Amino acid sequence: MSDSPMAPPRSFLWSRRIFLTLLTGFVLVPVYVMVSSSLKPLADVTGKFRWLPSGLTFRPYIDIWSTVPLAKYFVNSLIVAGAATVCSVVIAVFAAYAVSRYDFRGKRVFTVTVLSTQMLPGILFLLPLFLIYVNIGNATGIALFGSRGGLILTYLTFSLPFSIWMLIGYFDSVPRDLDEAALVDGCGPLGALLRIVVPAAVPGIVAVAVYAFMTAWGEVLFASVMTNDTTRTLAVGLQGYSTLNDVYWNQIMAASLVVSVPVVAGFLLLQRYLVAGLTAGAVK
Amino acid sequence: MRSIRAAAVGAVTMSLALAATACGGGSSSGGGSNDSPKTLTYWASNQGASIAVDKKVLQPELDKFEKQTGIKVKLEVVPWSDLLNRILTATTSGQGPDVLNIGNTWSASLQATGALLPWDAKNFEKIGGKERFVDSALGSTGAQGKDPAAVPLYSMAYALYYNKQIFADAGISKPPATWDELIADGKKIKAKGKSVLGAEGANVSENIHHVFVFAKQHGADFFTADGKPDFTDPKVVDAVKQYVDLMAKDKVIPTGDAEYAQNQSVSDFAKGKQAMLLWQSAAANLKSQGMSEDAYGIAPVPVQSGTPGTGAQTNSMVAGINMAVFKNSHNLDGATKFVKFMTSDEEQKVLNTAYSTVPPVKTAQEDAAFNSPDTAVLKQTLATSAAALPQVAAESQFETAVGTAVKELFADAAGGRAVTADSVKAALEKAQQQMPAA
Amino acid sequence: MTTTALKEPVRDTSPGAAREPRRRTGRIRRVGLPYLLLLPALLLELLVHLVPMAIGIVMSFKELTQFYIRDWGSAPWSGFGNYKVSVDFDAPVGEALLHSFFVTVGFTLLSVALCWLIGTAAAVFMQDTFRGRGLLRALFLVPYALPVYAAVITWVFMFQHDNGLVNHVLHDQLHLTDKPSFWLIGDNSFYALLTVSVWKGWPFAFLIVMAGLQNIPRELYEAAALDGAGMWQQIRRITLPSLRPVNQVLVLVLFLWTFNDFNTPYVLFGKAAPEAADLISVHIYQASFVTWNFGTGSAMSVLLLLFLLVVTGLYLLFTSRGRRAADV
Repeated sequence: MSDSPMAPPRSFLWSRRIFLTLLTGFVLVPVYVMVSSSLKPLADVTGKFRWLPSGLTFRPYIDIWSTVPLAKYFVNSLIVAGAATVCSVVIAVFAAYAVSRYDFRGKRVFTVTVLSTQMLPGILFLLPLFLIYVNIGNATGIALFGSRGGLILTYLTFSLPFSIWMLIGYFDSVPRDLDEAALVDGCGPLGALLRIVVPAAVPGIVAVAVYAFMTAWGEVLFASVMTNDTTRTLAVGLQGYSTLNDVYWNQIMAASLVVSVPVVAGFLLLQRYLVAGLTAGAVK
Repeated sequence: MRSIRAAAVGAVTMSLALAATACGGGSSSGGGSNDSPKTLTYWASNQGASIAVDKKVLQPELDKFEKQTGIKVKLEVVPWSDLLNRILTATTSGQGPDVLNIGNTWSASLQATGALLPWDAKNFEKIGGKERFVDSALGSTGAQGKDPAAVPLYSMAYALYYNKQIFADAGISKPPATWDELIADGKKIKAKGKSVLGAEGANVSENIHHVFVFAKQHGADFFTADGKPDFTDPKVVDAVKQYVDLMAKDKVIPTGDAEYAQNQSVSDFAKGKQAMLLWQSAAANLKSQGMSEDAYGIAPVPVQSGTPGTGAQTNSMVAGINMAVFKNSHNLDGATKFVKFMTSDEEQKVLNTAYSTVPPVKTAQEDAAFNSPDTAVLKQTLATSAAALPQVAAESQFETAVGTAVKELFADAAGGRAVTADSVKAALEKAQQQMPAA
Repeated sequence: MTTTALKEPVRDTSPGAAREPRRRTGRIRRVGLPYLLLLPALLLELLVHLVPMAIGIVMSFKELTQFYIRDWGSAPWSGFGNYKVSVDFDAPVGEALLHSFFVTVGFTLLSVALCWLIGTAAAVFMQDTFRGRGLLRALFLVPYALPVYAAVITWVFMFQHDNGLVNHVLHDQLHLTDKPSFWLIGDNSFYALLTVSVWKGWPFAFLIVMAGLQNIPRELYEAAALDGAGMWQQIRRITLPSLRPVNQVLVLVLFLWTFNDFNTPYVLFGKAAPEAADLISVHIYQASFVTWNFGTGSAMSVLLLLFLLVVTGLYLLFTSRGRRAADV
């Protein structure tokens, strides 16, 4: 529409200007607060709010690593979210391929069931899931409760329904002739999937991966019950900055920023794919 | 056809679930063992300024224990916000630590789950006998008539901390001994532009500790003698109202404190913004926030009239930390040895000094280290005018229900809504009805 | 993977190929393959969602209090006892649940409406290219990309009574209030929660609508422009109707996510939410974990699930019927 035949009217331009300015303010203020407070001395953040710091300090960025074992939590979150993302994407690709390309009994039951798990309140299955993990652990010796593995399993399943659903949409938009041609050329169905469909669906897959990663990186409820000292993730670990003594707001802000940067940066770098993926996958 | 298939899927799911249920139930076996005699896991509560500080305090002692016994103790310091949940999940799953710290008010609640090793005479004998411990501390280790579920480790009591400089500026010569005096002093303090008294209005446990003491001072209890909740007793209502009125009517607690839940009131006191603070064993905390020991004085918590004592003159709960052994431990002997070590005179001195708490062990308490003026006040309070919170199974629910009610009342007071006897009664009635029927 | 039988097109559009005789193993493979591909997803869904859900339902019929959690298999059955307690709206437990339910419904409706409105407006306004559009778009996605706790805790910091930015601006700088307001306790907490939820949620609507806009054929606009339709009319007559299928999904997803959101209220208020902002997920969490009554907590969750099932079903029924009617 950039070269639409008619120039937008003034009323449109002005509404746009006003709306987008207000919205930018709304979005930016908390971001500004986060950044500026992370550079303030403790006295500034425990006293009356001030827009400008009385002095700039990088101390909070040094202190965050010793007040709580942030590096350890960071590594845990990275492992958990990373593994959950990879597994979730791979499993979703397989499942979506099956639904998109095959007709089989139970297809509808499967899609409806998987999608409807989206509406389960997490609180309903928190304790049962915990009991299942414990019992699996007791029966087989595989430690799921309290381990990163258990958390990975949980998180990857959280993002699975949405991922499968989006990829079905995306795969449907990849012309079937392409994989049929590949089959004729002697690829198996898996070959066709990996060599033809997956490369054609990269934007959709990236979108799904970003979604899966964010889900795992930000989850609080299950992490608070299912982790211990050694496997704690950032979502829970960040609570450690409000100690018996004082709430170290500047450190909280610095730590929040540090844990946000990887996700936000990744998200923004990949946003092009995200829109493309959603366009073809989710909103058709 | 489709619906039949869906039903089949449902049936399979259901049967799987039932199978899981059948084998479910964590640990019905109950008993512990001595399968792994060389290691122990220990969940410590967060007593120091931060978790890192706690590790620094405890680790050398654990090393000492390892040298003596050859048992390696794996330490995890659990933040207060997580501790009860973690104990709960450990209880449900049967996978917990061997030894753990619990808030002493939870003793009866946790005792009811049956997850903790009962300290009968035989077990007490292994750690030197029940007589070693102070009576008031033992009063908060489980329901009456049952073997204690835990052993006292650190004792604390509430005291009134006051800023000497602010008192001098306001022309107050001695700390208030009654609430009326405190309110009168408050006017002088406010005239000097400082706030009077700190509170953690949104902190459920803090609220409970205070309204419990107020109830005692009104000659009332939250529970009847046979352990039934009785929150709407007119005296209890008066007591709760008196506490909330410190903000609503008497205006000595600043309205801003209504949203405090993370010890911001301690910071306010340490920074010299606020003249008084009711806190348990705050010395180490204040020090780590840079308030020097000469800057503040410490006095008993005010009473209605007269001097602190028993009954209506109660001015503190018996606060403290107990140490418990998890029944499922795979090293019961080691766990008992560890409790013995931690409650030995020597360790008691080291640990209670580090945390500015009072040792619940008689012989350790007599040490010169615990004769400083502030510890003397705490010791005196514990010995003569502190009462244990109700030792009933529903104690933790009581903390939540009533503590939340008080939080909402503070929110009303802060928001300018009237706090009346009726509104207090209504809030308490609701809290009472949320208590388990049993 | 060299089986010849697999060469044939997977979609049975060419009847000749489908009737070709095949070796048995090939047939099993061919029939089994989609199931094999689904197996991991299915197993995980069973393990993490479906079986726990079923256990949760079983638990809702048990008297699962602190006395039994250690060996919950031995907890006595309580029949519909937990449900009776939950829906007895004259008694405090049921009354509190009902109150929490209404708060949640009100909150969800407002939050979804605002998210959708802001997201759609922003996407429509940014359909055209203009200077700084790329930058603005990246900026707008930041709230969504931030981890929940990092975002929400920043808002907690801003909502503090004594030292927060919100009161500083509203009271100290603009003098809009007589005295600083409380945002994290009392009645205002509802608006605090709503603000955070909208701040965090609208970029998702923005993202989806933006993607939806790309699917609208440009010719439609050109034709409308030739007919003399102005910008506003184009938006009303082309853009918004074309977004209808997108909106159907978007609103449903936003609704379910907002309704079930636990992270935002939990980080904002902690374990005991103020009454005015007592969202049902936190309410149930408190009913089960803080008061140690998992039976009642499960019963409440099951009721919640039933409600969501009904709402989703009705919603899908009505919207797709409306859609079909519109398509004709």
